[in-house]
Amino acid sequence: MARARDESSPLFAGNSAGTLRLIMYLALAMVLMVLDHRNGWLWRVRYTAATVVEPIYRLAGLPSAGVRTLSVAFADRARLTEQNQRLREDLLLANAKLNRMAAVAEQNTRLKELLDTQHSLDLNVQLARVIGVDMGAYRYRLTLNMGARDGVRAGQPVIDAHGVLGQVREVLPTTSSVMLITDPAHALPVVIERSGLRTVAYGSRDGGELTLPNIPLAADVKPGDHLLTSGLGGRFPPGFPVGEVRSVAPAASGMFQEARATPAADIDRSDDVLLLHDLAEPQGPPAPVVPAGPAADLAPRGDLPAAATTAQPAPAMAPISNRPATIGGTP
Amino acid sequence: MSRHRAGTLWFVGTLVFALALMLVPLPGALEPFKPYWPALLLLYWALESEDQVSLGLAFVVGLAADLLTGVVLGEQALRLCALVFIALHFRSRLRFFPMWQQTLAVLALLLNDRVLLLVVRMLAGGSLPPASWWLSPLVGAALWPFLFLLLDDLRTRARIQ
Repeated sequence: MARARDESSPLFAGNSAGTLRLIMYLALAMVLMVLDHRNGWLWRVRYTAATVVEPIYRLAGLPSAGVRTLSVAFADRARLTEQNQRLREDLLLANAKLNRMAAVAEQNTRLKELLDTQHSLDLNVQLARVIGVDMGAYRYRLTLNMGARDGVRAGQPVIDAHGVLGQVREVLPTTSSVMLITDPAHALPVVIERSGLRTVAYGSRDGGELTLPNIPLAADVKPGDHLLTSGLGGRFPPGFPVGEVRSVAPAASGMFQEARATPAADIDRSDDVLLLHDLAEPQGPPAPVVPAGPAADLAPRGDLPAAATTAQPAPAMAPISNRPATIGGTP
Repeated sequence: MSRHRAGTLWFVGTLVFALALMLVPLPGALEPFKPYWPALLLLYWALESEDQVSLGLAFVVGLAADLLTGVVLGEQALRLCALVFIALHFRSRLRFFPMWQQTLAVLALLLNDRVLLLVVRMLAGGSLPPASWWLSPLVGAALWPFLFLLLDDLRTRARIQ
């Protein structure tokens, strides 16, 4: 069939690919791209197409799952025993630490109750597995095997055993996609453990690193400092390890110091991750206090309208917790 | 009739397989070497059976790839349309090139595809990719002769048109 058409096709121009049609399709693609970039339609389409998309994810995840299974199947006994021994020791150590912490934690909750705050040290987590799927585009995403049906919501923090990994960005019915903290479009409010300095850790372009571009020149930051989540922004709960400062240098602008840090979490190697369920309590500045003036019947008569206006809480002062932890977003 | 159906099935199967291959992750160090499989498979079919590959098909495959990778809807549709258009336009010449020339042509097509992708990303406000990002077309072109011969061999063995 193809042979018959070959005679009619001229040597230098195909017949089924008119320039007009090319222009039409390119224009269509561009319109789609612009609409999607503006409105984020793609994920709504994906959500409806999930019955087709998700099996392909599982299919594409099979090779890496197979490699994992094979590596367990063919791992020699000695290595497994050694690994088991190490895990046992870790567990023992962790349990010992926990026991010691229990008393402190209880004391802490009692004191917190006295102070009447809602801060709790309990974690409400959900274990999820990483599906080995390559999402193309510079690889700052992970795909998890839990989705909307398992109660995952966009914005949930994701951690592993060593630290913060990222946050859930998009949710499909049975899978979800995680934006890593090393994504250049991700910003994470952190605090330096030693000095208590608060700053923001961004992902970096070359991957696998965090940059802290705006540290004041006079601030005390050294390589080896540990970074913790500060809880500002309200998306990540405070106190989780984020990374370790590796180098500090003056920024190109000369106005700030710029630090580079390695993430504490095993960004490349995590197979099982934890989804935090309790969103952090807002830790912004306290709500503006209504000025306590003299009682209304004591106020002089002439001031009454003015007093009524000052008694309104100022709506312009929105708490910081409304600000999302992501700046911009991946295109 | 059934042979024709088997042919269509094989055609669609290879394209779906290419989409799945695109999603399969490689170990970290090999990651930049991963070729752009849908483009290679579409090129093969564009050269081998012209009446099955059209711009519309390239568009649909691109949209499917976009849905799967979730970057921007229409990005890969645009790239694959441009690629298939060029391939179909020079099809008669490309088909009778010796293999090494064909490989060079494929390299040029894949590089052009990367440039297009870069332009789209830049317009969308993305950041400049690392240098290793340009390795993928080289690997794709290096794989081309083997892919071409393998697919041709499979096709003649199964006697599919």
